[in-house]
Amino acid sequence: MDFLNAHLLSLILFFPTLAALVMLFLPSKRVGLLRWYAFLVSLVPLALSILLWFQFDPSREGFQFEERYIWYAALHSSLHLGVDGLSLTMVLLTTLLTPLAILASFSITDRVKAYMILFLLLETGMLGVFLALDLLIFFVFWEVGLVPMYFLINQWGSANRDYASLKFMIYTMGGSLGLLLSIQLLGVLFQTYDLPELYKAWNALTEGTLLGMSVSTVKTIAFWAFVIAFAIKVPVWPFHTWLPDAHTEAPTAGSMILAGVLLKLGAYGFLRLVLPLYPLEARMYAGALALLATAAIVFGAFGSYAQNDFKRLVAYSSVNHMGFVVLGIAAAALAAGTADARIALNGAILQMFNHGLSAAGMFFLVGVIYERTHTRNLNELGGLFPLVPVYGGILIFTSMASLGLPGLNGFVSEFLVVRGAYPVLTSYTAISMLGLLFTGAYILKAIRQVLHGPLNEHWAHGEHRLTEMTPREIVVMAPLMALILLIGVWPSWILKVINEAVMRLF
Amino acid sequence: MQFPFLSVIVFTPLVAALIILMLPARRKDLVRSVALAAATLDLILSAWVYLTYLLQGMDGYQFVEQYSWLPTLGISLHFGVDGMSTPLILLTGIVMFTGVLISWGEERNGVSAGIQDRPREFFAFLFILASGVFGVFASLDLFMLFFFYEIAVFPMYLLIVIWGWVVTREYAAMKLTLYLFVGSVISLVGALAMVWTAYQNTGVLSFDLLHLEQAGFSAEFQRLWFLPVFLGFAVLGGIWPFHNWSPDGHVAAPTAVSMFHAGVLMKLGAFAALRVGIMLMPQGAKEWSWLILGLATVNVVYGAFIAFVQTDFKYVIGFSSVSHMGLVMMGFATLSREGLLGAGLQMFSHGVMTALFFAVVGMVYDRAHTRHIPDLGGFAKVMPYPAIGFIIGGLVSMGMPGFSGFIAEFPIFMGVWKTQWLIAVIAAVSIVVTASYILIIVRRVFFGEASEVLLHHHVGDVTPLDKLAIVTLCAFMVGLGLFPGLMAPMVGRGVDYILHLLGGA
Repeated sequence: MDFLNAHLLSLILFFPTLAALVMLFLPSKRVGLLRWYAFLVSLVPLALSILLWFQFDPSREGFQFEERYIWYAALHSSLHLGVDGLSLTMVLLTTLLTPLAILASFSITDRVKAYMILFLLLETGMLGVFLALDLLIFFVFWEVGLVPMYFLINQWGSANRDYASLKFMIYTMGGSLGLLLSIQLLGVLFQTYDLPELYKAWNALTEGTLLGMSVSTVKTIAFWAFVIAFAIKVPVWPFHTWLPDAHTEAPTAGSMILAGVLLKLGAYGFLRLVLPLYPLEARMYAGALALLATAAIVFGAFGSYAQNDFKRLVAYSSVNHMGFVVLGIAAAALAAGTADARIALNGAILQMFNHGLSAAGMFFLVGVIYERTHTRNLNELGGLFPLVPVYGGILIFTSMASLGLPGLNGFVSEFLVVRGAYPVLTSYTAISMLGLLFTGAYILKAIRQVLHGPLNEHWAHGEHRLTEMTPREIVVMAPLMALILLIGVWPSWILKVINEAVMRLF
Repeated sequence: MQFPFLSVIVFTPLVAALIILMLPARRKDLVRSVALAAATLDLILSAWVYLTYLLQGMDGYQFVEQYSWLPTLGISLHFGVDGMSTPLILLTGIVMFTGVLISWGEERNGVSAGIQDRPREFFAFLFILASGVFGVFASLDLFMLFFFYEIAVFPMYLLIVIWGWVVTREYAAMKLTLYLFVGSVISLVGALAMVWTAYQNTGVLSFDLLHLEQAGFSAEFQRLWFLPVFLGFAVLGGIWPFHNWSPDGHVAAPTAVSMFHAGVLMKLGAFAALRVGIMLMPQGAKEWSWLILGLATVNVVYGAFIAFVQTDFKYVIGFSSVSHMGLVMMGFATLSREGLLGAGLQMFSHGVMTALFFAVVGMVYDRAHTRHIPDLGGFAKVMPYPAIGFIIGGLVSMGMPGFSGFIAEFPIFMGVWKTQWLIAVIAAVSIVVTASYILIIVRRVFFGEASEVLLHHHVGDVTPLDKLAIVTLCAFMVGLGLFPGLMAPMVGRGVDYILHLLGGA
């Protein structure tokens, strides 16, 4: 037990990779074995992170379960892991969504072994970002997670996958260049990549000149380099254009993870790196950030409403929802230290978690219908509710969470963001409420086009007859729906952890 | 007296070449077996040297041997390795081993992979070349360094002209040899000037590198001679604008020779430029580092863009080598701890990576009979190992964290930040360009629609030996990427010594 507690984070982090290595030696013909193996091993990190959740003491200062191993001593970078309330929430989200995504992938029949291995590696990549307390390690995991996702889209995606996967990869890598260069600058300046040390050292550096420019200029440039890298990942308008392509072309489980976890990496970067490292710059440019966030909310909603492709519609809704996260972050940057800022941040972090649940659920539901009909065109669907009542019920439930219906999780977090942002960013918040209106519009449009209206007879008879959700598919949705409802009616269990973290961080 | 590891490593290929030449030409498999045995022996010995150095304190030059050769001129056979050269000895062992593996090939169903034409002579020449390469990395004597350098370059000509790609082999071989000879002659003149000046300064006539380091060359002398000596060697390192021979040479050479060529020979140039140019004339290096940095930046960025537009599979890799070797030169030019550390690691990392690239290109070409990228496609289905190997190599090439390329490139960029931050920003562009062309090639060649070539030529899978070669090379790239502690401390000690020379000047 002592061993477990002392190495809990590295176990969570590397277990999927070890499992993937073992998987290399399993016979690739035994598809059933591979699927169940992948699913069962992905439950281990989940169990460990639930253990972590209960062992974690929210009221304690600083990072917990810290571990440190020598990695690249010549550059003064070590494998330094640790969690606080912020990363803990994200770790739980990641380890929860991965088994569900793997379960959702049981319908994959092509090269199952390679697919599952990539998925497990992807999990390590994502967890590493959330657990890293070393800037270089953060970057390592930040980039390395791209590779499995690239191949998942490129190999198992739909028609336009080549374009989408390359765009995803190059967009993100290109966006990370500035981040890479800024990280190098920090490393050269302070001879360390350890985050807690960098927080102190970088913030203490205010006077003088660097590279022939004043410190504040350099900091501003580095700030924007960080912001652009994370803004692309979130994505914030106008850096969002990779997202609809990647989400649409990715296989179902890939979209679940993309929307559920990968987008959170960007928001997490804002919270873990940008706000603590650049409090002054963040405050100065919070208005610009809020403008982009509002644009993401409004244009995301409009964009979503305009789609006739079910999956693309859900993809644009991610832009819309993640806009609220960034709005909350912008408000917190502007009003740092006040109660408003904390409320907004609570909302933003909870919104990250909530969007992870509902977006993963929505993409899965799109996948369910696509697997049966092989179309995502909303005009070819219609009136399906009587054919698949269970599916219809689940779709409506999940959509309502996404829409922000009180009683479900989306409402809690969006309310908190809006409540926190309103006093400091009044006009932007007001405009983004307009976006919220359109959120309702596009979600109702999707429900109408899929479930209601005249029945498309094509799906009612013969070989195309639509079948109900299988028990496996319901099992995928059940935990998501349970959490959506739980956070909706009783958010304090998770907000307690988040709030303690927010109080300490900002 | 301890076992003379370095002499055995250096001369094993030479002895093996002589044995191979005495075997009957028809017994091809016997020839290959002897070659493989020799290569395996060298790999084991070089791994032994590497591990011993790593585990035993990593202090200065080790495995030192000195035999008097021409005492009147102060020339001796003086071997020894330090943190900079030990990884390169290991690299040569790896490339030699895998080069023999993939040259074994097979002949069936009209597929003629590997070397089927006169393997006896092929392996003999290849091993003479290998001896030369080992010799340069191990030499602590300037004369011997040149001696082995020329031994390494000359067989290249024959190997390309006889076994090369029919279309361009004469042109490429001639171009390569002329470029390299001209470069080395210029360096040689500089080297002789150094020896003569050292004689005048100290009264001792000696070609010993450790002696020359202490010769106290005047600032004037260093300013004058650094550039010719450095650039003369750097030609072999592929520095712009003298890189021209290299893509042509790579493409025309048979697979194992391309592996040697890009994997090891280019490091020979870079290493010699460092060992003779920078380490003997540190003052001159400081004087001219801005120029080297500028040229290397062109290498990095221009090389990447040129690689991007190639349609010949092998030319892409050829130009990517130009781009990556630019990073090595760039690391040298920073003259800083991080830059030199990265350059040392990059020499190893790039060597393994590009050897893998050329091996894979060769496997595809031998079976598809074309390297025209638009004509290829869908090869991952029939040859999964080369596909996965190429992907891993590609990730190394684009500097993806978790692989050796990142471990090497990151410190180089840190070094550049210290010297001239603008260059770091410009050079970073190459990362995205590299990622683009690698991903596009992976998609076109290995995935996508099955091509005409694939369907009509009955392309089959590669041999088990090919797979072994791929797995070996990949293991080193991933291993170093995950555990930089396996090599970085060693190179770091080598860098300490160079910094000591730089500081002492």
